Amino acid sequence: MRQFDRLRLEGVGRRFGAADALIGLDLSIERGEFIALLGPSGCGKSTALNCLAGLLPLTAGAIWQDDRRIDTLPPERRGFGMVFQNYALFPHLTVRDNIAFGLRMRRLPKDEVRRRTAAAIEMVRLDEHASKLPGQLSGGQQQRVAIARATVLEPSLVLMDEPLSNLDAKLRLEMRTEIRRLHQSLGLTTVYVTHDQEEALSMADRLVVMRAGRVQQIGTPEEVHTKPSTWHVADFMGYRNLLTLKADSVTGSQVTVPLAGTTLTGTAQGVVAAGDEVVAAVRPEDLKLGGEGLKGLVEVVEYQGREHAVEVVLDDGTRVHVRTEQRVDPGAQVALGVSPGRLLVYPS
Amino acid sequence: MTATASWHHRLAERGVDRRLWLLLPATIFVLLLFVYPFLYGLSLSFQPLNGGGLLANYEKFFGDAYQRDTIVTTLKIALPAALLNVLAAVPIAFRMRGRFRGKRLLTTLLVVPITLGTVLTAQGLLNYLGPTGWFNRVLLSLHLIEDPVRLTNNYWGVFFSLVITGFPFAFLLVLSYLSGIDPTLERAAATLGASRAQRFRRITLPLLAPGLATTFLLTFVLAFSVFPSAVLVGNPAGSTRVISLAAYQAAYEQYDYAYASAIAMIMGAVELVVVVIVLLWRSRLYTGSTGGKG
Repeated sequence: MRQFDRLRLEGVGRRFGAADALIGLDLSIERGEFIALLGPSGCGKSTALNCLAGLLPLTAGAIWQDDRRIDTLPPERRGFGMVFQNYALFPHLTVRDNIAFGLRMRRLPKDEVRRRTAAAIEMVRLDEHASKLPGQLSGGQQQRVAIARATVLEPSLVLMDEPLSNLDAKLRLEMRTEIRRLHQSLGLTTVYVTHDQEEALSMADRLVVMRAGRVQQIGTPEEVHTKPSTWHVADFMGYRNLLTLKADSVTGSQVTVPLAGTTLTGTAQGVVAAGDEVVAAVRPEDLKLGGEGLKGLVEVVEYQGREHAVEVVLDDGTRVHVRTEQRVDPGAQVALGVSPGRLLVYPS
Repeated sequence: MTATASWHHRLAERGVDRRLWLLLPATIFVLLLFVYPFLYGLSLSFQPLNGGGLLANYEKFFGDAYQRDTIVTTLKIALPAALLNVLAAVPIAFRMRGRFRGKRLLTTLLVVPITLGTVLTAQGLLNYLGPTGWFNRVLLSLHLIEDPVRLTNNYWGVFFSLVITGFPFAFLLVLSYLSGIDPTLERAAATLGASRAQRFRRITLPLLAPGLATTFLLTFVLAFSVFPSAVLVGNPAGSTRVISLAAYQAAYEQYDYAYASAIAMIMGAVELVVVVIVLLWRSRLYTGSTGGKG
């Protein structure tokens, strides 16, 4: 397949009737990149993927593959591979024929089809199952067939639509590594849709966080993880404590906010002025038991292996989530401190 | 006591329990209205009215070309009509997948002929396609033809009648088979480089084929037992002298119930042959899950 150096999406939008599913998506994908589109369901990430694949016509914008405009091409002429959420394996064809399907559609010589199919089957370790029908395979095996079928054509871009969402937790972790391994060893360019932030953080080179059809943030996993651009992104990235407060004072990027009889200092993310209503965000793991300042009562303790997830009701009634390795019991009085620099303050 | 309990338990494991009584009404129904009449007719067919051997009625039927030809006549009408119904239903059902404005209205219009009944359809056909019907009058007044085209009281009248009454069945069946096929399969095929025609031929058609075979059989069986329209819009003395007509004449014109039973048995056997051939072909197809909402 013809490889590209850069794929550009310019103001890509899609309307369904009166509803905008995707608005003004600008994104540039470099060859070899692993991009994750991340967001809650209904955020437009699957719409974006289908637009890229050509399965949904755009209602605005354009897609450029280097200097060639491709958003008017039908899916069969774009040469992108796609892995579907339900795998979409052809139920009447064997594993081998499923994988060979794309090669046959290209009318490649018989021995080349045979050779490349065999190599793809070997790559996903399905040699013993090559003559079975998809219905006889487990979920993980079906997933691997779907990936082999999409990648055997050496597509210039592989699109994956929540490919792991139907697998159990253990298999999901295995397949995550597997997909990342294939991406690297085959030198693929991948766009991966998921609603699982952990999955996105661990696999992607860059994340595109979306909400309500719009891009919220584009950045490396580290950028998105440590500096979410809005409190919506923070919410999605695991900042479970989102407190609506009023800013006391602002010095440079430091903002002081009052909470439960004391004050906390956080870093402003965006324009915040004294007296503004703000959203203070902090991860459960950045609240430490035994600090000083915040006082509260332990209400719920969930055992989570090495750690405990603890829900604390502060003196003013605010509920916060804390992760700690310490053992605490419901009903205990605790003091909490915020790890320095880990409180982010967003304009609401 | 424990012995009976475990006995009950073992029966229940094999699906034998009191719930089986629920099958009783259906069993009685089938026995009384299907199995008994069939066996009665079968035994009657071996008791010729005018004596002779066991098979005298069958020999009489196959020995008489006028009677024997009704098999071919009926097949000549029923097979093409069933085939046309299925083939016409496929593209229409294909376009009717998914949601669009007016779908319900269109489906209703396509299905309405089911409710009409054969006699009403025949009446309509005579009015519309008959020698003085609208169709011929329009063609005549446009000077496209010199003499009325004969489309009723012959083969074509019966053929049209079978298409009108059989198509809605075929359409509804094909539509439900088609919507049982996961539409993502075609989308997946598209991303693998398959053109529209290739997607239909390689993905949709193989998954639909078993359903088409079933649909063909049902419409064929309906068409094979054609009777009223063969008389009303056909030529019952000649080109549309179908096998059910031969049975009717034996029973109610010659009052030879044994002979009529034999003809009915032959009719069933011919249908069975077609059914078995189609089912044998169908059994070679993939008939598992098609991924859709089924």
